[in-house]
Amino acid sequence: MAAALPGSRGPARPSPRRPLGLAPTGVLVLGAIYTLFPVSWVVVASTKSEGELFSTSTFAPGTGLLSNLADLFAYRDGVFWLWLLNTLLYAGGGAVLSTAVSTISGYTLAKYSFPGRGLIFNLLIGGILVPSVVLAIPQYLLFSKAGLAGTYWSVLLPQILHPYSIYLARIYSQAAVPGSLLEAGRLDGAGEWRLFQRVALPLLTPGMVTIFLFQFVAIWNNFLLPFIMLGDDQRFPLTVGLYTLLAAGAGQPSLYNLIITGTMLSLIPLIALFLTMQRYWRTDLSGGAVKS
Amino acid sequence: MRVNRLALAAVAILTAALSTACSGGSDEPSGEAASQSAAPAGPVKLTYWTWVPNMDKIVAVWNQAHPDIQVTVSKQAGGDDAAAKFLTAAKAGNPPDLVQAEYQMLPSFVAADAVADLKAETAQAKAEFGEGVWGLVTLGTDAVYAVPQDSGPMMLYYRKDLFEKYGIEVPKTWDEYAEAARTVHKKDPKVFLGTFSSKDPGWFAGLSQQAGAQWWSISGDAWRVAVNDEATTKVASYWGGLVKEGVIDGMPYFTPEWNKALNDGKLLTWPSAVWGPGVLSSNAPKAAGKWAVAPLPQWNAGENHSGFWGGSSTAVAAKSPNKAAAATFATWLNTDPQALGLLIKEGAVYPASAKGAALMTEAPDYFSNQPDFWKQAADIGATARGFTFGPNVNVTYNAYRDAFDKAVADKSDFAAAVQGMQDATVADMRKSGFTLAQ
Repeated sequence: MAAALPGSRGPARPSPRRPLGLAPTGVLVLGAIYTLFPVSWVVVASTKSEGELFSTSTFAPGTGLLSNLADLFAYRDGVFWLWLLNTLLYAGGGAVLSTAVSTISGYTLAKYSFPGRGLIFNLLIGGILVPSVVLAIPQYLLFSKAGLAGTYWSVLLPQILHPYSIYLARIYSQAAVPGSLLEAGRLDGAGEWRLFQRVALPLLTPGMVTIFLFQFVAIWNNFLLPFIMLGDDQRFPLTVGLYTLLAAGAGQPSLYNLIITGTMLSLIPLIALFLTMQRYWRTDLSGGAVKS
Repeated sequence: MRVNRLALAAVAILTAALSTACSGGSDEPSGEAASQSAAPAGPVKLTYWTWVPNMDKIVAVWNQAHPDIQVTVSKQAGGDDAAAKFLTAAKAGNPPDLVQAEYQMLPSFVAADAVADLKAETAQAKAEFGEGVWGLVTLGTDAVYAVPQDSGPMMLYYRKDLFEKYGIEVPKTWDEYAEAARTVHKKDPKVFLGTFSSKDPGWFAGLSQQAGAQWWSISGDAWRVAVNDEATTKVASYWGGLVKEGVIDGMPYFTPEWNKALNDGKLLTWPSAVWGPGVLSSNAPKAAGKWAVAPLPQWNAGENHSGFWGGSSTAVAAKSPNKAAAATFATWLNTDPQALGLLIKEGAVYPASAKGAALMTEAPDYFSNQPDFWKQAADIGATARGFTFGPNVNVTYNAYRDAFDKAVADKSDFAAAVQGMQDATVADMRKSGFTLAQ
């Protein structure tokens, strides 16, 4: 993404139709089928009632959508909505905070030279190599020591500092904020904070949207961290909550149709978010074309 | 200059973040902190991790009657993950006060010093339980590590209508079961009498218990591990032979394809535990009223044995500041007639206590054609024998999944898979520093 966005500012444009044009389209269509196939299965399966789920053919729509929804919303007095709100809080709050931290750190690393900059940046690159899954248990032990395990903060805080996002923000700041623009601002007497706010931030918006979306989706789908951190089921996000329906314990049936319906519903906010955020990306592409 | 300013800014941001974090943390009604500070004045507050459905409703009845001990239920995902999560929480120092513990996981909790000894608090409750079940929470020692909640004596579920259609009798011995498997498969190659599940070690452990296996035992200070004992090898070779012959299927339980086979009448039996009706009614709703229950086939004609699959207990965390209150609640939950009635009705639990089992009178809807379902279950339950579980059951169970996955796919020697379980178990116990008797 980082390379693609600034790269698209280049003046050379491919001519609209070339003989090779079919091949990329074909690859993209295959990719779309590959990713949409499971999603369409979830949508179809969520319409099936308990009895139909394992007995009718895979892609035959069922008749149970409304009763599935009613059962899901009635399950433990509507705990689904609470989990959805929790997920929105973790993903929304976490992504906003993470974007803010990443942008300001990336911008600083790109535009200021100070002792230790190289070291910090190399540490960040190293941090990208450590999968966050590995950190979950040490983080849990640390948060327990601090008395924060099981709180909302225990899920929010570890996801705010995200090395890859900082790296992305640094690369993007380097490409999108010209040093001469900042110099001009300084000559006009603007302070560093004002420069960042008024000059850099508007230029960085498309990159920030990318970081926000990345983090939002990552936190929305995160399972292990909240699973380990949270003991109270009133604070579970959807992933962990729905898992309690699946692993109901030996001797208790898994509530497959509720899980599938819940999964289907949890996709909707993500799709809506991408559709609404899309226009920020488009702004960038057209804006770049005009300027250069 | 710039460096200083940046450093100042960083410090400012950090302090701001920490102070909001801390104030946010103390705003949360953290169960343990509240209970400690409020202990002298207000009620004792307990947290309880369980996966029994509707446990919050059962606990609400307790909370109303006991304003001085308030229990908060936190519903967790069940199974092995729950045990791992509890062990991690106990290690980190903030476990819940009460936890649902499957019998096979209790020894690992004890080995990690994560659960408290309730001997003094449960002196009265002991009389409510049978010897076999009580042994599962004492691990053959003088201590009592939990109060038994539910148990899973095993029996044979079979499709009555299809048994008539294929002209087979309910098998009384495993030899008859094998013969019936051949008959059914010959009449319709798409239909199997049963399937061997390489994903359910608890099921295999129950069948081994029936045959008289003793996977772990304690002699003096040392553990004796005998996963590869004669009884277990006999059970494994029996199923291995049938799978190799092709008359018993190799698909695991609780999978979508298994559900489909049950719905389509492609599977005629399921050697399972007393909690089977709940699973069948949810996964194979179309076959309601067509299933019946009988004792497990026996290894020798005239014998009468069964094993246990599943079942769990209520344990109290060793680090709980309110152990006595927690033990009082655990005892009430699993022995009080009102609580037992609620466990049966709301939680779909088959109680381990004798009084509780006697409360089960009306056959489950799914088995409405068999009005004496619970009487049968109680008679079979009386014949079930268990064994002492070891401190690393999770390792043994994972070895089971790995080895039998492969053995079923290759139709290779099942006895070798049992040997693999034994080797993995012994190696892990050596590594963890347990003394092993040879």
